[in-house]
Amino acid sequence: MTSRSMAVHEPAHSRRQALKFAAAAAFAAVLAPRMVHATEAQVADELKKLFGGKTMAEGKVKLDVPEIAENGLVVPLNVDVDSAMTDKDFVKSVHIFADGNPQPQVVSYHFTPESGRAAASIRMRLAQTQNVIAVAEMSDGSLYSTKAQVKVTIGGCGG
Amino acid sequence: MALTSKPRLRVQNTAKPGEIIEIKTLISHEMESGQRKDSSGKVVPRDIINTFEAAFNGKTFFKAEWFPSISANPYQSFFYKAKESGEFTFTWKDDHGEELKATSKLTVA
Repeated sequence: MTSRSMAVHEPAHSRRQALKFAAAAAFAAVLAPRMVHATEAQVADELKKLFGGKTMAEGKVKLDVPEIAENGLVVPLNVDVDSAMTDKDFVKSVHIFADGNPQPQVVSYHFTPESGRAAASIRMRLAQTQNVIAVAEMSDGSLYSTKAQVKVTIGGCGG
Repeated sequence: MALTSKPRLRVQNTAKPGEIIEIKTLISHEMESGQRKDSSGKVVPRDIINTFEAAFNGKTFFKAEWFPSISANPYQSFFYKAKESGEFTFTWKDDHGEELKATSKLTVA
């Protein structure tokens, strides 16, 4: 008796499971490409962790990135912050974010008056067309930021 | 990936007092982001150089925290204001806690 009811039940059960699984897979396939990338909100979260809710001014930070990057694996980035770099007035740090990469952080620089100039160049990966954001923290605690969009032809994510 | 390759430095050996000099560094490294999958579909674990530091006569004047978004074979350029003669020490640190150092002498006159 029990074995017969099992026999009747099993196919129905497994078909339901298979349907459920298929639905879940389809759902994941639709969501996955979006979920693995950071968003503007995530960048805002990172900034909140670093600086609380402090307001940011525009200016002082010059961010040099290409308008169009053919190869997202190697995108040149140059950041240059306007500062006298004296013992009393210098750039403490510069944080770079990319709001469309799997992880929004790209690089964090820590400068000292001995740096002479708060500028640095590096090469980064960009997974897709997105905004690159630079935030500079001055020795007096004030914040300056700027952003630039980079159009990416071939993404540098995964491979 | 072990830190075995010899880093490449481009930095002048002489400078005038107060001169701001540019330093360029390059090191060979995969910078495995932890996002990539191998041919069998398994995620290749993250393995990157996460810190670069530049010091002069033992005092750190520039530090960079690198994240997985940094390209393979990371290039880094930055500046230093020459004051006195001495020696630069450049240090790369990876996810395994391994370190690689390179030095360069500077004469200020």
